[in-house]
Amino acid sequence: MNFFQLMGFGEGGWGAFMLLGALVTMVLALCGFTIGAIFGAFAAWAKISGNRFSRALADVYTTVLRGIPDLLVIYLFYFGGSAFLTWLGRLFGSDGFIGLPGFVAGAMAIGITSGAQHTEVFRGAYRAVAKGEIEAAVACGMPRMMRFRRIVAPLVLRHALPGLGNVWQIVLKESALVSVTGVVELLRQSQVGAGSTRQPFDFYFAAAILYLVITTISSISFHTAEKRFSKGVRRS
Amino acid sequence: MDIQFFWESLITLIPGIPLTLLLAFLSTFLGAFLALLLATMRLSGIRPLGWFAQGYLFVFRGSPLLVQLFLIYYGLSQFPAVRHSFAWTFLRDPYWCAIIALTLNTAAYASEVIRGGLLSVPHGQVEAARASGMSGFMLFRRIVFPLAIRQALPAYGTELILMVKATSLASIITIMEITGLAAKLVSETYRVIEVFIVAGAIYLAINFILTRIVMALEYRLTPHLREPRILTALALENESAGEIS
Repeated sequence: MNFFQLMGFGEGGWGAFMLLGALVTMVLALCGFTIGAIFGAFAAWAKISGNRFSRALADVYTTVLRGIPDLLVIYLFYFGGSAFLTWLGRLFGSDGFIGLPGFVAGAMAIGITSGAQHTEVFRGAYRAVAKGEIEAAVACGMPRMMRFRRIVAPLVLRHALPGLGNVWQIVLKESALVSVTGVVELLRQSQVGAGSTRQPFDFYFAAAILYLVITTISSISFHTAEKRFSKGVRRS
Repeated sequence: MDIQFFWESLITLIPGIPLTLLLAFLSTFLGAFLALLLATMRLSGIRPLGWFAQGYLFVFRGSPLLVQLFLIYYGLSQFPAVRHSFAWTFLRDPYWCAIIALTLNTAAYASEVIRGGLLSVPHGQVEAARASGMSGFMLFRRIVFPLAIRQALPAYGTELILMVKATSLASIITIMEITGLAAKLVSETYRVIEVFIVAGAIYLAINFILTRIVMALEYRLTPHLREPRILTALALENESAGEIS
């Protein structure tokens, strides 16, 4: 079969499976990105206005997670998560092996590694917020939470948008590593297809194209969002 | 947690360090040439060359490294023409495939770093060099390249760290570097946490040392940014004078 028949939707075509794999990749990346944003927000908070202890903790977190390979973290969560769950199960009287689903382990591993990048993005964005804006909010008598919700968060997000776009692209590519845990995302689906048809080039080529399509669409959307949310910024 | 096991895993994983370093350094070294080529292509002002470089960047930065690795290692063997050619001696070997994939990948990222460095060279420096009668390759070798490297060094250091981390993917195509050995050890002993703590610590140590080396190199290459050390210089002078007398 030629490439187009193989990747088509007709008899023996893998097109639907590949698209489904691409969808799983996007969902996985989105979960990892969200978890990472949560971790990053807290770590950035700790770095900006924490006490000495929480600042040191956040520093250790970002240094360690940026210094070790993502693959190692994914393995750690996949195998370590299952070991932990089995141990937890034993406490409650079950003796069987309890596996952590690869998707959960992968999303958490991606989240924790990308959290280190989110931290730096948020921290840089917070630094870019003009002090006067916060002072003005204080002068208007806004309490802390309201100040955060109305003034700080929107401004930080606006400044963080370009950085978040980069992190998203990294997360998207990192999600390919989760295929080692057996989650049938785009790359794993291509491996399966390559194994059963003995046409590995066609499958990995199609996977590369789908990844390129996803990254292109996301970079266009981030550019549009950047333009939209920085309408109020005067450009020199 | 027992110290004995940590020690044993460290002993098991240490043989993987040279391979990790070799993969990282060789591909960064080879990638630097390709990156320089791509950066000059983009800056050449010749449209088709610029388009080619941009297309290269788009493909290699837009798709995951693992896909590129699989495309080279598993994908190319699909074609009988490749299997019967001279290139097959390299392409059937996972080591060469890993090095090729890492090189092609890092070239894309590094070319942007180098391009930034080349663009940062002040125009006046080039003009001064031209006024002194330098041109072409000599101008590049003596003025533009050293200035660009100095500017690009911090970002290149980051790229080097990323490469050390990226070598872990080679374990997926059966190469027994640190991550490969760690995964093997885990499957033998089922002691996940301990083994991965040791492996992570090794990577951290490597990256820590590399950042220090890059920082030292940066310090050496930017004497003009240092504080003038008149007092230390004086002290040293007195010392050496004392030695002589």
